[in-house]
Amino acid sequence: MTDLSTSVSIRDLSLSFGAVSVLQNLDLDIRDGEFLVLLGSSGCGKSTLLNCIAGLLEPTDGQIFIKDKNVTWEEPKDRGIGMVFQSYALYPQMTVEKNLSFGLKVAGMPKDEIAKRIARAAGILQIEPLLQRKPAALSGGQRQRVAIGRALVRDVDVFLFDEPLSNLDAKLRSELRVEIKRLHQSLKNTMIYVTHDQIEALTLADRIAIMKSGVIQQLDDPITIYNRPKNKFVAGFIGSPSMNFLNGELAEEDGKKVFRTNGVSISLAGYEASEALTPGRKAVLGLRPEHIKVDGDVTTEQAHEAIVDIEEPMGADNLIWLKLAGHMISVRIGGARRYKVGAKVRIGFDMTMASLFDAGTEERI
Amino acid sequence: MANISTLNATGAAIDAVGTELASGPRGKKPRKVLSRRNVMIYGILGLAALYYLLPLYVMVVTSLKGMPEVRLGNIFSPPMEITFEPWVKAWAEACTGLNCDGLSRGFWNSVRILVPSVIVSIAVASVSGYALANWRFKGSELFFSILIIGAFIPYQVMIYPLVIILREIGIYGSLTGLVIVHTIFGMPILTLLFRNYFAGLPEELFKAARIDGAGFWQIYGRIMLPMSLPIFVVAIILQVTGIWNDFLFGVVFTRPDTYPMTVQLNNIVNSVQGVKEYNVNMAATLLTGAVPLIVYFVSGRLFVRGIAAGAVKG
Repeated sequence: MTDLSTSVSIRDLSLSFGAVSVLQNLDLDIRDGEFLVLLGSSGCGKSTLLNCIAGLLEPTDGQIFIKDKNVTWEEPKDRGIGMVFQSYALYPQMTVEKNLSFGLKVAGMPKDEIAKRIARAAGILQIEPLLQRKPAALSGGQRQRVAIGRALVRDVDVFLFDEPLSNLDAKLRSELRVEIKRLHQSLKNTMIYVTHDQIEALTLADRIAIMKSGVIQQLDDPITIYNRPKNKFVAGFIGSPSMNFLNGELAEEDGKKVFRTNGVSISLAGYEASEALTPGRKAVLGLRPEHIKVDGDVTTEQAHEAIVDIEEPMGADNLIWLKLAGHMISVRIGGARRYKVGAKVRIGFDMTMASLFDAGTEERI
Repeated sequence: MANISTLNATGAAIDAVGTELASGPRGKKPRKVLSRRNVMIYGILGLAALYYLLPLYVMVVTSLKGMPEVRLGNIFSPPMEITFEPWVKAWAEACTGLNCDGLSRGFWNSVRILVPSVIVSIAVASVSGYALANWRFKGSELFFSILIIGAFIPYQVMIYPLVIILREIGIYGSLTGLVIVHTIFGMPILTLLFRNYFAGLPEELFKAARIDGAGFWQIYGRIMLPMSLPIFVVAIILQVTGIWNDFLFGVVFTRPDTYPMTVQLNNIVNSVQGVKEYNVNMAATLLTGAVPLIVYFVSGRLFVRGIAAGAVKG
């Protein structure tokens, strides 16, 4: 992403349906050729935002720019966008070819140009054998490919995806996920992708915008989002199995910063922002299951003793639930390592990968 | 393959135990044809069918008898001598007022009323239903509510004002006036029908068409209409039978020489002069009722096929 020119720019966007406010003063800049994922649980406003960008919903306030052109009042067709819907939204009475050409015919494009574009899109998506079929005669994956093709033939700057894979089964979903990524790599268009699936978000995105009740909580690349969540919501939303949260307070023992919870002191040596750790502050310690080391893997000076409560073997990994000072902590270990319920283990916390949140504001310390 | 070997193994086991297991219940449980349940269901259905078909039988039979035979009074007995004279008379010779050309005049009047009324009312209602479902505008819900309230007001209340309005416009007594009246009174129920159908189509189709750049009429004509065959068939059935069977508007808003078939039937049957020709009356009634009947028989099939075609998800 060396090209820093913006493709889509959203300024101070608000939308409310009557008394219900869906989006509030939202600002977002999307770079040229960027793959941006809007991630959030249902009802967080991510689809609403996408519909605003597409021009299918009128914002109450604010502006939308696409390619430095103010398109706030433009019709969807004049915005230079193509959109792919969750339910495919293929016109059922038209063949695949007619589906692809409909928009171009409406725009009054000459026939040979239409044929050229359809041939190109069909080639990219490998749907040439399907062109004369009707949507009802296609499988889910084929339908979604045609839906992507319909955006492709429009030859637009920005692609909008509204949960395009949610209607597919797990296997097809992962296949098409790879295809969409490949498509982005070859076309280098700007893509805005709405999903509630964090795996899709982490695998596809250049940057992820995590949304909650109409507000973007964090906008960063997937690695930063995963390892340095800005607040407790982001930390809990991303990651499966989810992050362990321990409630407690910051303290100082023998000149060293520690986190005290239910009588246990956990050394904070290695945590990035150690100067902000004022003693007495109520805090939440967040640790991902893979950042807790067990027995032989423990490298930190400090180790704690815990008792195995439940074991969940997941094939490649093994998730064990440990009891520590009244907390239940999940730890991810290799699939081959097995523990008996009730066994005592030594665990160490990797503080360089930990997150501390203020107990009141839930913001990262 | 595994299944077959398991089966074989089971078979062997059964042989070993004896024939007791093999002779036990297996497959579909046999049911008696003359069970209490069947007798009740088919008995009641048969009685109901008889109840509704008997009058029709009497009508058909009577219309095929000559007057001397009708006078014998055996209404259930089949005609001893079949004659089509009453049918011919009902269609072409029966007198109403000054005209003596039978029901044929009324039939063509009804056709002239029916065709434009059905087309105009369905065209107007489908477009309004589409607009209400997909192009929400300020006050669209209020407009829709008012329209629905219109469906609950008995329309006899509105006849006198309507007569005055049509007279002032200068189309009272003409077929145009009657077509307008039928269109207006078809609006509430038809608009409701179309709005609900269009609202049931996936909203994303409409969005996709907008992104493709299609406008109001293009989306209506090229996306929505081809998907709406079933609801159009329903609307046509409703309107054809409703308008064909209408008597009140026909008698109020037309003149004697443009009376629809129903009004003319009434005039034939209720004429007080001379002998009551029951056979002619029966034939005339059957002729008048034929059109809705045919519509039901023909479109009923189309209706089912239309629903089946519309059920395929895109």
